[in-house]
Amino acid sequence: MNIGYYPGCALHGSSNDYDQSLKACLGALGVSLQEVKDWICCGATAAHSLNHKLAMALPARNLALAERDGFKQVFAPCPLCSMQLLKVRQAVADDGLRQELSQIVEAELRGDAEVLNLIQLFQNIGEERLKTAVQQPLESMTAACYYGCLLLRPPDVVKFDDCEQPKSMETLLAALGAKTVEWSYQTECCGAGMTMASEDTVLELASKILTNAVEHGANCVVVACPMCHVNLDMKQAAVERKYGKQLNLAVYYLSDVVGLALGLSGEQLGIDRHFVTPAPTSAKTAVAGDPGAKH
Amino acid sequence: MEPSGAITHSARIESLAGSTIANCYQCGKCTAGCPVASRMDLVPNQLIRLLQLGRDDLALNTASIWACVSCLTCSARCPKQVDCAAVLDALREFSLREGKVSPAARTVVAFQRAFLDNIKRNGRLNELELIARFKLDVLLRTRQLAFLFKDAGLAPQLMSRKKLHLVSERARDLEVVGRIYARCAPSFHPSDCKEGNRREPQPSPAEASVEAVAK
Repeated sequence: MNIGYYPGCALHGSSNDYDQSLKACLGALGVSLQEVKDWICCGATAAHSLNHKLAMALPARNLALAERDGFKQVFAPCPLCSMQLLKVRQAVADDGLRQELSQIVEAELRGDAEVLNLIQLFQNIGEERLKTAVQQPLESMTAACYYGCLLLRPPDVVKFDDCEQPKSMETLLAALGAKTVEWSYQTECCGAGMTMASEDTVLELASKILTNAVEHGANCVVVACPMCHVNLDMKQAAVERKYGKQLNLAVYYLSDVVGLALGLSGEQLGIDRHFVTPAPTSAKTAVAGDPGAKH
Repeated sequence: MEPSGAITHSARIESLAGSTIANCYQCGKCTAGCPVASRMDLVPNQLIRLLQLGRDDLALNTASIWACVSCLTCSARCPKQVDCAAVLDALREFSLREGKVSPAARTVVAFQRAFLDNIKRNGRLNELELIARFKLDVLLRTRQLAFLFKDAGLAPQLMSRKKLHLVSERARDLEVVGRIYARCAPSFHPSDCKEGNRREPQPSPAEASVEAVAK
């Protein structure tokens, strides 16, 4: 598979554990990622909040660069990046807009490259292939699959799963031998890019999500978004302090979980670089390969 | 009161958001699903109601529009296809452009502006530069020294996890990025919009196409 990789700023920045996890996990599955050359930031929340046109142009440049490089598929592990790419892809169905955006971004935009999120990438690899590749079934894992916002919304743009009751991550986890819980906060927002701008908002939302996961019997949360990970993992200590809670709930990227089942170690996947690394209660119940005791 | 200004806004907001505001029948589903409604001075359906009444001027001044976390739940659940999240995007854009940002929202706005400036300079996000610029900006506005050191304890933790990059990468085609910015925002640069500075709306030549993109 020749897949264009649009890492986005987060994965080249403080979410580089996600980048490490993806490369280790996909490498073990024989999928190689080729970075889209000269990619730029998609503008994120700041662009769509302050300047609509810029919010279209920045991702349009990236889609055009990926198409110039000949990629038929572009994988964007950040749901905001991938949603913005999809928005552009949908907009350029209108030829006038396509030409205008091509001029603005100084690159011919066709809009024919398929845009994939992480869950779709694993779906394309195939449940059967994942099942046969499993070395360490995740028997001790009871996960709360957390989708957050932009993997599912806007539904008419992302056209992925059921935007209120998604099941795609649960299906993948079942193939890896993990259990998943039914819970209430699958698609609620974690506060996303407000981490710095309005920490209070993030702590309130993250607290609700983490608490609900614990109350429904989950022993970890699985995400497919760098910002969800920041808010649920890095901010978890601040949530505990603010709300006087003991959560100690591991937050894994979906690629961590697949990688663990494939027999990769926590160090290989970068799980040892997460903020919350709960100690396993016993070897038997530890998540396979989890470095656990590290703090 | 600026009823005449409000009328021109409505059409531009509808066009940018690709929605017909009049379609809203005030069921309140947007507000019911909004994760930050409790933090808003006016909740989403009330903002839409203001637009229905032609009181865009009031909507532009709310802190609500900057409390929004852009989760898109409101838009996804609207039974009348009003893209409420896109309406709030449009309100934010006009609010900043016209210097009508609520003082309660200045921290959020400082962050968004620092972010866009950062991308303009580097093509890709330089996290340390963003944090420095954002903190300095908020310090100058609020004179709260404590904000400068808030989260400073995270730095060594990020460092030990190899998550902090002292030397950040830049995109190679910075000149292209500069030209893209110039084409998208000929009359509007995040850095020269000051909150509280009242500005007349400045429809740019690109306005018509901006609105077309929204559809």
